[in-house]
Amino acid sequence: MGRKLLLEHINVPGINTLEVYRQKGGYAAMEKALKTLTPDEVVEEVKKSGLRGRGGAGFPTGMKWSFLAKPEGVPRYLVCNADESEPGTFKDRYLMTHIPHLLIEGMIIASFALGAKTSYIYVRGEMMPQIRILERAIAEAKNAGFLGKNILGTGYDLELYVQPGGGAYICGEETALIESLEGKRGNPRIKPPFPAIAGLYGCPTVVNNVESIAATVPIIRDGGDEYAKIGIGRSTGTKLISAGGNLVKPGVYEIELGVPVEEFIYSDEYCGGIANGKRLKAVVAGGSSVPILPANLILKTIEGNARVMSYEGLSEGGFVSGTMMGSGGFIAFDEDQCIVRNTWNFTRFYHHESCGQCSPCREGTGWMEKVLHRLEMGHGKMSDMDLLVDVSKKIEGNTICPLGDAAAWPVASAIRHFRDEFEWHVTNGAEAVSHNYGLAHYADPLPKPEAAV
Amino acid sequence: MLKVEDTQTPVEFSAALLEQFADFVSRYPEGKQKSALLPMLHAVQAEHGWLSAKAMDKVAEYLNIESIEVYEVATFYTMYFLRPQGKYVLEVCRTGPCCLVGAEKIMDHIEQTLGVKEGEVTADGLFSWRGVECLAACGFGPVLQIGPEYTFYEKLTPESVDRLVSDLKAKANN
Ligand SMILES: Cc1cc2nc3c(=O)[nH]c(=O)nc-3n(C[C@H](O)[C@H](O)[C@H](O)COP(=O)(O)O)c2cc1C
Ligand code: SF4
Ligand code: FES
Repeated sequence: MGRKLLLEHINVPGINTLEVYRQKGGYAAMEKALKTLTPDEVVEEVKKSGLRGRGGAGFPTGMKWSFLAKPEGVPRYLVCNADESEPGTFKDRYLMTHIPHLLIEGMIIASFALGAKTSYIYVRGEMMPQIRILERAIAEAKNAGFLGKNILGTGYDLELYVQPGGGAYICGEETALIESLEGKRGNPRIKPPFPAIAGLYGCPTVVNNVESIAATVPIIRDGGDEYAKIGIGRSTGTKLISAGGNLVKPGVYEIELGVPVEEFIYSDEYCGGIANGKRLKAVVAGGSSVPILPANLILKTIEGNARVMSYEGLSEGGFVSGTMMGSGGFIAFDEDQCIVRNTWNFTRFYHHESCGQCSPCREGTGWMEKVLHRLEMGHGKMSDMDLLVDVSKKIEGNTICPLGDAAAWPVASAIRHFRDEFEWHVTNGAEAVSHNYGLAHYADPLPKPEAAV
Repeated sequence: MLKVEDTQTPVEFSAALLEQFADFVSRYPEGKQKSALLPMLHAVQAEHGWLSAKAMDKVAEYLNIESIEVYEVATFYTMYFLRPQGKYVLEVCRTGPCCLVGAEKIMDHIEQTLGVKEGEVTADGLFSWRGVECLAACGFGPVLQIGPEYTFYEKLTPESVDRLVSDLKAKANN
């Protein structure tokens, strides 16, 4: 059994209440930070832990905190990103539903480290039940003297509020989130200036994912060095993986980074294999934005080594034969799934969610959606695949925010790895609408690459 | 095109709603009351079912901002209804991971059961439905949510949808 740092007590009845959470050692890390450490020492522990942002980009959290500008007389803000809208990702909702105090405790620790006196948790508006849960937990914490004025007699003041979004994927992007929190449309800002210099209300701001903030609790409790011993290489600690799609046991799993993908999919400790006795065709390993891989490349790298669940492990092979950890939204496709249809669906999503500020993203996602739709409906042309790759290249890197890249990568990777399936949709248009292409050779072991012989 | 509707019918906000407004505004620094806009629109919609132009004008007045600033926001975010809906709006996730486990069939079933197309309201005024994007519940799909509480219904089957619809009808008729 892997070690659990975040979900250890998730099945304890009443763990969503302050009382039970405290019985299990909750708020001790917060007390330790406020009473025995300086803010800079907290930042130092988080740096030592090697924690990387769990929201998708994987940027080291301690380093991000140390970049925060600290001009005299200007308030600083911590904003928790609980927008969780990346298709395939549902870990933050799970954590907030079942163990809300872990996030609240993390928010107090992180706010203290950053010198924030007012902090916000921006929760996607559809999560009204979770907003209620968090508000109840905040009231409990305030009652216990963990929030408000002069927390635990240390002289530190903190107010914590929950802010609902309005239903827009783009508000997960940190500058769009800040705009939204200011009561505006979620249009990402041009960077620089980065939020660390000018964020919420023009003040220095840190935006962190729910899981990143929750992870600061075990980091402070055990020390950054202890945390860094878990995991593999530069992928330290544990990671919540949202496992969905055609699995026997979909759900949220906490893994020690470095677990082999094969073990994660097939062992009973995790997903228990592919549902209904079917075979695995493909995996999107880190949320809809990361490149899709056929079964053979997700289980083993092109060198023939077992692929592991870590930042480096999943990206091994670059965009040619690898993918990315992203937000940890692990989506498994069985042999009956159609890659073209899924690619069209994802592109429709990005087109729908584009904020419309940049032409390559606004227009490009729309064009890709149209072309993919005609391919899926059996009216495509052989030249469509190159056209799609061309459009995706014109979006990638040419936009204000990374949504453009997020829309381009799934298309480019699907064509890279499943080109024969796209071609079959052109040559067998009528069949393509009535049944699926099947497994082809996507699950077969790969021949050893020349260079490795 | 998204447009605001009903620029005529006067709107009154309840005392409870105004109390909520004051609580929202107290969460932000002096002069940053516009931050309360999204939570306020949710609260108005929960009470009135949708956001008419007049209701939005009143929100603008309360926050001391221009009406257009409210319209801009209400038309950008997908959760705000710019026209009247059924009493229960069934919002089904239509994104990839849910489609792997049968979301498209569930949407077809809902369309047939309710007898209305996406976005339309049933004759009795009780139901409307629409596809929405990933609801962060992909491991428990197919899923749908019903506002204003945003209650979740997971691992849907045609049978569980039928039960839900008849339960809601019974509830509405009591
Ligand atoms: C289109 C888009 C959507 C995003 N959605 C989310 C999200 O839902 N949750 C999240 O934590 N980060 C999301 N991010 C990443 C954030 O911009 C930001 O990097 C992150 O919140 C930083 O937190 P971390 O350093 O703790 O990971 C998104 C980024 C983009 C470009
Ligand atoms: S890349 Fe797309 S979502 Fe991002 S700012 Fe440009 S148009 Fe908006
Ligand atoms: S895809 Fe349906 S909840 Fe995520």
